[in-house]
Amino acid sequence: MVLALILIPAVIGAGAFFVRNDPLRRVLLVATAVTHAGLTVACWVWRPGAAAGGWLALDAAGLLFLSITSALFLVTTAYAVPYLRREHDHVTRDAVEGFLFSNAPEATFTGCLLLFLAAMTLVTVSQHVGLLWVAVEATTLASAPLIYFHRHHRSLEAVWKYLLICSVGIALALLGNFFLAVAAGPTPLVFSELVARSGQLNVPWLKAAFLLVLVGYGTKMGLAPLHTWLPDAHSESPSVISALLSGALLNCAFLGIIRTQQVCAAAGLGDFSRTLLVGFGLVSMAVAAVFIVGQTDFKRMLAYSSIEHMGILALGVGLGGAGVFGAMLHAVNHSLTKAMLFLVAGNILGAYGTKSTADVRGVLRVLPVSGVLWVAGLLAITGSPPFGLFLSEFTILKAALDAGRTGVAVTYLALLAVIFIGMATIMLRMAQGVSVRVEPRRESWTAIVPPAVLATVVLMLGVYLPGRLTQLLQETARLLGHP
Amino acid sequence: MTLDTILILVVLTNLRLLGASRIGASVRTVAVQGILLGLLALLAHHGEPSVSVWLVAVGGAVLKGVVFPWLLLRALRSADVEREVEPFVGPIASLLAGVAALGVSLWLAQRLPLPDGAHSSVLVAVALFSILVGLFLIVARKKAISQVLGFLVMENGIYTFGVALVRESPLLVELGVMLDVFVAVFVMGIALFHISREFDHIDTHELTTLKD
Repeated sequence: MVLALILIPAVIGAGAFFVRNDPLRRVLLVATAVTHAGLTVACWVWRPGAAAGGWLALDAAGLLFLSITSALFLVTTAYAVPYLRREHDHVTRDAVEGFLFSNAPEATFTGCLLLFLAAMTLVTVSQHVGLLWVAVEATTLASAPLIYFHRHHRSLEAVWKYLLICSVGIALALLGNFFLAVAAGPTPLVFSELVARSGQLNVPWLKAAFLLVLVGYGTKMGLAPLHTWLPDAHSESPSVISALLSGALLNCAFLGIIRTQQVCAAAGLGDFSRTLLVGFGLVSMAVAAVFIVGQTDFKRMLAYSSIEHMGILALGVGLGGAGVFGAMLHAVNHSLTKAMLFLVAGNILGAYGTKSTADVRGVLRVLPVSGVLWVAGLLAITGSPPFGLFLSEFTILKAALDAGRTGVAVTYLALLAVIFIGMATIMLRMAQGVSVRVEPRRESWTAIVPPAVLATVVLMLGVYLPGRLTQLLQETARLLGHP
Repeated sequence: MTLDTILILVVLTNLRLLGASRIGASVRTVAVQGILLGLLALLAHHGEPSVSVWLVAVGGAVLKGVVFPWLLLRALRSADVEREVEPFVGPIASLLAGVAALGVSLWLAQRLPLPDGAHSSVLVAVALFSILVGLFLIVARKKAISQVLGFLVMENGIYTFGVALVRESPLLVELGVMLDVFVAVFVMGIALFHISREFDHIDTHELTTLKD
């Protein structure tokens, strides 16, 4: 079953490059997304056993991140197929500078999209340190052509930065993995084995290994100050891809960090690794706050908000205790909300033809449904009740106070407040008022149902947490060494 | 050829890269370094090399010594760019920085608490040196192709580190890493081609539209 989860998208993705018939390729994309989601649901019912000699196994953390990835992929596919039909084979005028450009071939896009799904699935099920690295690097390579879908100089610049910065970062993580191998000695490099025999690990090497892995995967996850590729890639790629990058890919890199952190905690280095995570978390939130206030490009604003939320995830795990549970819940909430916001941002961009926050007015009138979703998304992403993010951010705050770290708690609250004001100013101004340039229009179902579904789920998670999800989150928190 | 000879040659290729003023020469130097690393993997192995060691060493040498240079030289030709390196930091200053980096690497390698069964600390020093030179090339060179070369040198350094300290890593992982590096260079090569077509050159200092 674990193998099927990886192989189905990988094989169909490789095949999609050679399918000439556009409708057939779109059917394949949807069928794969549905199958993948179906298999993931089946994993909730019957947890599959390990495959490939224990290298591939679905533990609680893996299942959690796999579910997020699979669900988002399904929703974004529903949004992407009509988008691809619209964008098919026509030359578009650039929204910012007004030149004409064409798109990458749709076959390349679909193929890479499916390979991207396969790589992310491999990340969630890898239990071997080296295999996890291979999978994370594969996600970078599969997603690079997706960012360069609109072929013009800005997306090219974004993809070059993405490739180079992430490859160098991930190369450092490889060095970290070698350090981990030195620290492990004869112990096999499987996470569960490393945790079980943590007493025999060489502590100085393990310390250095964690530092390198944190910097390496942290680059990919978008922790400041290693985040520089992230706003560019998110603002220049198609909105569907931005949604997947923010909602699914960043989490995958985070999984690499927390698995290594788990080994550190077992070897008695918990204080060291947690302090680093808290530090990176707060710095990321601060950097995001600085760039969100007064941001002039609404997709970049959403990208910086992702950096903020990655900081919150690192902070939650760094605080330990209930914070780990909070961070895992936050990962779910953030992924769904951010993907929803990027899809709505895509609708706004399509209607107004600009990413500038100053040129967008009156979304509530021009696009009634998207406008409402945009405002709901603002409330959700800034952690207002009754949305799910309120619950998870509150849990992390409580963890900070319980641990007696008032300074951290105050900084955290202050940064959240600044970001709330920054985002509310920008997003409400876009929603209200009257647009002089754009007439109100009917929105197509395909453009509003996927984000609306995501918004409903986030709202539901704030009001009612299903028992099975709570159970999985608790199991994940226990696995990471903090019951 | 002994291990030490190869290590000295790797150091020399790194210094040559820092001082080189032509892209073609740089690509060929990186190719030589790739082949040297293949030999290193064979020689550094304890006892008789097994089939998987042969496979990884020969595969790595072919990939780094033949396939990558061919890909990059082809991208260079199709881009029809000027052949000068165009550094932000000149060759003399680069070489001086390289010598300093070599000193730091030797000093660091002596201080690292090496586990039993590891090879000489010189091997670790050379690995660190390659990583530093790679990072330096990425930040100190204007052309996108030089940055790809820097990435490769850095990757070579990490590979050397693995040869020096990690006794037995599974074949599947080795092949996976190799495949990833191959695809990375392939995708970067495609990006290079597009950059040259879009901007008529491959200077990355023109890639500065996106900022806050």
